[in-house]
Amino acid sequence: MSEEVLQLLKEKFPEAVVEIPEGTKDPTAVIRRENIREVALFLRDEIGFNYLSFMAGVDYPEHFEVVYYLYSMGREPQRSNLGPLALKVYVEDKANPSLPTVSDIWPSAFQQEQEIYDMFGITFEGHPDLRRIFMWEGFPGWPLRKDFENRTFTFQELEPTRPKPPYW
Amino acid sequence: MAEELVVPPELRRNILITTVDKLYNWARRSSLWPLTFGLACCAIEMIAASASRYDIARFGAEVFRASPRQADLMIVAGTVTHKMAPQVLRLYHQMPEPKYVIAMGSCAISGGIFNSYAVLQGVDEIIPVDVYVPGCPPRPEALLDALIKLQKKIDRQSILSVPWYRREKA
Repeated sequence: MSEEVLQLLKEKFPEAVVEIPEGTKDPTAVIRRENIREVALFLRDEIGFNYLSFMAGVDYPEHFEVVYYLYSMGREPQRSNLGPLALKVYVEDKANPSLPTVSDIWPSAFQQEQEIYDMFGITFEGHPDLRRIFMWEGFPGWPLRKDFENRTFTFQELEPTRPKPPYW
Repeated sequence: MAEELVVPPELRRNILITTVDKLYNWARRSSLWPLTFGLACCAIEMIAASASRYDIARFGAEVFRASPRQADLMIVAGTVTHKMAPQVLRLYHQMPEPKYVIAMGSCAISGGIFNSYAVLQGVDEIIPVDVYVPGCPPRPEALLDALIKLQKKIDRQSILSVPWYRREKA
């Protein structure tokens, strides 16, 4: 089923689909960064992928990657049991990584994008409340990037970076 | 020759002689009130220690208070992350003197297996710890043993030398 969707995608968005890699466990399409929103809207409204299961960030030496996993929870029988379908977006600019948000298309992307921003420093343009959710604002570095030195911190070391509530 | 103290016969079997320290410490150590405060899986063992099978009430520490203002024992049960550390410190400062701290489990002692950017490497970095309980997680018996050790420590303190009754700040 999902393989047919891949072919459909390729026909409908010939310039948006960068690559359909062979030999992946789940059907996968690599989408151009600029076209992710229209592809997402097409998949949700026309095909019925109404559920974004999870998003992930990946740090490769040459680019960042954001992975979307889609499923269909359709009420119509012909549209249910679609998926999983994986979308990948390469974010080439490692110094200033950003891509359009899909949090208004699938609400479950809201916190996933916050988490990817927190851990990788990838900004999502148009996200209504993009902030760090695990670490605090001002924490030095992006922990899941490969160039982040994973060392331990003392309390005193991190003290200047912590936000101070007015009542503290 | 001093006048002999006349003790009425009905009081002869009812008078105990002791020191203030002994009486005072007996009262304090027999009713330590821990703070309801669990951070990770060690808290489950702490809960088990307070439930009927291990029954921390046998040692007088069963009243887990939900407010730091009413507690005098902080059991740091679990991993202290850097995000939680200021709150741990704040709760400690909110407890009235005299106050004691048990660091329960490897994470609270030294950060445990979490040699990472997110975890404080031992709660003794920010608050003074009286008893360390090793284990991952420690069994309830180990926590009870730590409580008994803490009681022995309290027994050794003297009302004349403890810092929290001095007029000047300790």
